[in-house]
Amino acid sequence: MAQQRPLSPHLMIYKPQLTSIMSITHRATGTALALGSLMVVWWIVALATGAEYYNFVQSILTSWFGQLVLFGFTVAVFYHLSNGIRHLFWDFGYNLTIEGVHRSGYMVLASTVILTVLTWALVILG
Amino acid sequence: MAEFSLPQNSKVQKGKIHPKPEGAVRTKTFNIYRWSPDDSENPRMDSYTVNLDDCGPMVLDALIKIKGDTDSSLTFRRSCREGICGSCSMNIDGTNTLACLKSIDDVKGDVDIYPLPHMPVVKDLVPDLSHAYAQLASIEPWIKTDTTAPEGEERLQSVEDREKMDGLWECVLCFSCSTSCPSYWWNGDRYLGPAVLLQAYRWIADSRDEYTGERLDALEDPFRLYRCHTIMNCTQTCPKGLNPGKAIAEIKKLQLERQ
Repeated sequence: MAQQRPLSPHLMIYKPQLTSIMSITHRATGTALALGSLMVVWWIVALATGAEYYNFVQSILTSWFGQLVLFGFTVAVFYHLSNGIRHLFWDFGYNLTIEGVHRSGYMVLASTVILTVLTWALVILG
Repeated sequence: MAEFSLPQNSKVQKGKIHPKPEGAVRTKTFNIYRWSPDDSENPRMDSYTVNLDDCGPMVLDALIKIKGDTDSSLTFRRSCREGICGSCSMNIDGTNTLACLKSIDDVKGDVDIYPLPHMPVVKDLVPDLSHAYAQLASIEPWIKTDTTAPEGEERLQSVEDREKMDGLWECVLCFSCSTSCPSYWWNGDRYLGPAVLLQAYRWIADSRDEYTGERLDALEDPFRLYRCHTIMNCTQTCPKGLNPGKAIAEIKKLQLERQ
């Protein structure tokens, strides 16, 4: 009797490329932002709770670990924002060529870096 | 739910390494996915080294040479060898394309060849496309009309209307795009995939077809159409240079416009 047919390899053999990597990153940053918004809510709740609890939360957020999480959060915000705008253009049918997809892809990556650097420059120097 | 790893019977193992041809100066090694329904073994990767001075320029030429000279059991589909029939679609060097249009010189290092991704394998590089063909049949890829055809002549179309079908009719149905699409990998049972949606749009865009509304109704579904997340792997991989991602976006726009 014939064997059950195997499933051909997929994710593990398909070449990672700008198209698929930026798509999965959009999803990952979306998930990160959902979790990150809980962190922001936590900070606001602390603000309303009182000085003592607020100082406790502030001490966590300003520790090296807290700063690292906040840095990741800003990267996620700016990537998701920029790529979201790229998606809006696509939804109108613009930029849907290989060249357009690559050009706008690199623009999103550049704007993520620039906006993140500007934000943290403001935080550190401001 | 997406299953990221392969089932137990599908895990790929190390295979045979066939010896290099004697006296060859320029050689290339091809690592090829093998599976036979006739034994109970798992799939494996066999290696073949080909003398490039005694072989045509395309990956398909190498496959035919390997089958002819080294291992007649190697199984793959091919017919026209010039990118018209769409038979020899497979995953070469990590992306889907037609073996007959892929130059061996375009691949750095060894050439890894797999069947089209995330499909049931019939044998070696031959995937089972029955489900994809059934999906194509479901969009009714033929002209549908209620009016009677004009007496003694064809249904005519202006040059401008005919141009709207450029970039759509050229599809050879090789399914390289559909099997490059992560959405199709995870939801191919219900999502139609880029190849079939490009065909759906080909009939929607045809000015002679009188069932545009019904066609759009049939696609207005969270899975059939809207599993497309504009990843654009489809357009990136199309060996004919077509743009299924754009065609899907046009269908989505039409769905919005008629609301």
